[in-house]
Amino acid sequence: MIKTEKAVITVIGKDMVGILAKVSAMCAEKGMNVLEVTQSILQDMFVMVMLVDITGSSSAISELADEFDTLGESLHLKIHIMHEDIFNSMHKI
Amino acid sequence: MNTNEILETINMIDNEDLDVRTITMGISLLDCVDPDIEKASGKIYDKICRYAQNLVKTGEDITRQYGIPIINKRIAVTPIAMISGACPAYSPVHFAKVLDRAAKQVGVNFIGGYSALVQKGFGPGDYALLESIPEALAETEFVCSSVNVGSTKAGINMDAVEKMGRIVKETAELTAHRECIGAAKLVVFCNAPEDNPFMAGAFHGPGEPDCVINVGVSGPGVVRAAIKKSGGGCDLTEIAELIKRTAFKITRMGQLVAKEASRRLCVPFGIVDLSLAPTPAVGDSVAYILEGMGLSRCGAHGTTAALALLNDAVKKGGVMASSSVGGLSGAFIPVTEDAGMIEAARSGCLTLNKLEAMTAVCSVGLDMICIPGDVTPEIISGIIADEAAIGMVNSKTTAVRVIPAIGKKAGEELDFGGLLGGGPVMPVNTASPAEFIHRGGKIPAPLQSLKN
Repeated sequence: MIKTEKAVITVIGKDMVGILAKVSAMCAEKGMNVLEVTQSILQDMFVMVMLVDITGSSSAISELADEFDTLGESLHLKIHIMHEDIFNSMHKI
Repeated sequence: MNTNEILETINMIDNEDLDVRTITMGISLLDCVDPDIEKASGKIYDKICRYAQNLVKTGEDITRQYGIPIINKRIAVTPIAMISGACPAYSPVHFAKVLDRAAKQVGVNFIGGYSALVQKGFGPGDYALLESIPEALAETEFVCSSVNVGSTKAGINMDAVEKMGRIVKETAELTAHRECIGAAKLVVFCNAPEDNPFMAGAFHGPGEPDCVINVGVSGPGVVRAAIKKSGGGCDLTEIAELIKRTAFKITRMGQLVAKEASRRLCVPFGIVDLSLAPTPAVGDSVAYILEGMGLSRCGAHGTTAALALLNDAVKKGGVMASSSVGGLSGAFIPVTEDAGMIEAARSGCLTLNKLEAMTAVCSVGLDMICIPGDVTPEIISGIIADEAAIGMVNSKTTAVRVIPAIGKKAGEELDFGGLLGGGPVMPVNTASPAEFIHRGGKIPAPLQSLKN
């Protein structure tokens, strides 16, 4: 059985039309399955957290990080993709 | 998965300077000993390049996988005096140059281990290595040097202390045209740990395995932010709890990186060093943590107590987060690398005497302190002897890394740039300890009972 690998994508920045669409389009293009999405808008700040399955992804997570950096810059947003292990290890005993 | 926790981690990295300070690969050179210096050099260069060829790339890949900055990738090797002793006819500087070339080849930013362990006396190679330190550090770019002059079990080798005062000064003189930077790469230890991943004091102790990965975490900015958020209402018990919780999270991240680096490089994981290592970046300062606890300025009366609380809480929080803890583990107080300490030193509030008291409760010692260029070698030896005595009696690591600012007086500044920072030249008590220092001999190891 293939071990599933998950990553967390976070998007932080000024709210505008089409953020979710652009980020999820990138996920689809790279073969990542979106498992969970939560988003909220605090004052004008848009905060979205996505849990994605990257087991079947066509690119390594380090390449995805570069792609999302580029996308983030073009939209003036901060987009991070990080392997879920970092959050599990920091916040769970 | 909890959204707040995810955002907390991202905030720590983006805004509070959370990072892994260093992945340090320890490499044993004991199997490279050869009486033919060319053969020995070839073996050393080849072994370092072979073992560490993927170190930098692996660090970069892990950074991108987890989104955690890993600032430094470094190498620590067996104390070179153990290797150079087999080639008594040649200067050990030859080996420093080999280490420098290997470091450049694999792309690390420092290589530590131009070292000698002389706490109980000098072995073959030790004298020559000590005498060669100024030239070695002047002629190389990446090499760091350390000398262990004392330990709780062996006492203090005052002959070595006497020599080191002069050697520190000569090292500064030979690099006077480069802000005396040679002295910033030279540490004199008491109770030096064999698995320390932090420079300039890292070396790969003779009791270590062939190759090992040690990781040093950081994160003063995160601790400071946590204290700031807690507001003024917390008592010190609550502050200690808060620091423990924060240190736990920081260390878990270090543990994850260490395990992953060890897996990818197929090298055993050694230790995580739970240190709060400041950087000159504003906010990433240990002094600001102490000030956050309520001191108007680092160096005020109360600073030693606040630092003791911080140092202990960092260890308690970190120990549970890692399967194996070692190195220096605690809060560092390098003056020129810490924005808050620099300000406190400039204002005159933080003095050398106060720093010496602080070293009795922090993780290392007098670190990155610029002293006037006209300070005599005997006074530097005196500083080293005092610091070694604190370490020896309290069964802890202490160290001295002072930089004599050649041609400068108290109040002027040195600027090293980068992680080493820069700062004011601090005044030193100039009463002479020369007669005491020139007596030489040994200070016997202290009694380990009747503790008062």
